[in-house]
Amino acid sequence: LVMAVIKLHGHPISTATAMVLCCLNEKEVEYDFALVELSAGAHKQPQYLALNPFGVVPTIQDGDLTLFESRAIVKYLAKKYKGQGADLLGNTLAEQALVEQWCEVEGHSFFPPASTILFQTVLRPLRGGTTDEAVVEINIGKLNKVLDIYEERLSKSKYLAGDFFSLADLQHLPWTQYLVTACKKGDLISSRKHVNAWWEDISSR
Amino acid sequence: MAAIKVHGYHASTLTVMVLCCLNEKEVEYELVLVDLPTGAHKKPEYLALNPFGVVPTIQDGDLTLYESRAIIRYLAKKFQGQGTNFLGSTLSEEALVYQWCEVEGQSFNPPALSIFSQIVFVPMRGGSTDEAAVEMNVEKLEKVLDIYEERLSKSKYLAGDFFSLADLQHLPCTHYLVNACGKGDLISSRKHVNAWWEDISSRPTWKINFT
Repeated sequence: LVMAVIKLHGHPISTATAMVLCCLNEKEVEYDFALVELSAGAHKQPQYLALNPFGVVPTIQDGDLTLFESRAIVKYLAKKYKGQGADLLGNTLAEQALVEQWCEVEGHSFFPPASTILFQTVLRPLRGGTTDEAVVEINIGKLNKVLDIYEERLSKSKYLAGDFFSLADLQHLPWTQYLVTACKKGDLISSRKHVNAWWEDISSR
Repeated sequence: MAAIKVHGYHASTLTVMVLCCLNEKEVEYELVLVDLPTGAHKKPEYLALNPFGVVPTIQDGDLTLYESRAIIRYLAKKFQGQGTNFLGSTLSEEALVYQWCEVEGQSFNPPALSIFSQIVFVPMRGGSTDEAAVEMNVEKLEKVLDIYEERLSKSKYLAGDFFSLADLQHLPCTHYLVNACGKGDLISSRKHVNAWWEDISSRPTWKINFT
């Protein structure tokens, strides 16, 4: 009986796709990469919408299961392959709860301002528009407040959920990478001792 | 066993969602009032529990946990053997629960919250509703609800034929849209979304909080 390999539909430029790729590698799971040509609008074609009606990447197929939303995908992979590769979930119910808590913090407090900054400073000019500096300022303000809380947390804990690298840290990788490089907002990270040490650690895995 | 402590506010729908979950799981708890109108959530005592200064936060023995979606996930797992099964029976079913939980968090909640903020919060603080912002977010929500309509025409609940965390997560925001924002037509104009909303919002564990 041959196990079907996981099929990942995505695009390398997509941060959400990058996050799933990172997870698959951490879990040492084989996969087939099916390129969704975003520039050609492939993600809005009926063939892709049949997999993911929201028309965004990535989506995975694992046997009969079709799954979208990158944070749900990495959670599924972390559980299904708990016995191999890096353990991204924690060992006790309490540790797992803290992983979920910091995953939610990423999804609702970190990601919105970070993605707005990326949109304004990189994507909008790329599409011929101009950066709204006021919006960037507001979102840097929001991110600063969040990162102050991270600084406090990471002064007591090596990683966000505890002393182990988890989904919560992994979820921060793609967006922080863009903030530091393309958005040129690396000072948000480097100005905070513990956040910086955490970033150096997780980004060099 | 010490009862789970829920630090929250009775009029906060996210607090109510956690209480609803506890009731569905038949778990005892103690509600500790965090008096939002007097700014209790921003005082050092509460910030020591939840540095983000929002409700709710729970304490279960040594564990202090915030983020309402993480809290209900923890409760669903810890008490998997009793009360309503919120997670499905297989890994695939559970994956679909998380998928639709993420859809709520990333596609439904942001526009719904913006609409609520413009229609209720902004006037409450002396400002005026930005109608263009409301329009834009209503449009976003319409697109999302069209996808829900399609999904719910094939599936009784979002993740499958069972009431799950994904449906529970929709209760707070949809409650606001229908009851505080006058946007009930977004729901009632869609046959299957409407049937689903009627079903989930009439669960006694949810309804009891609003009588």
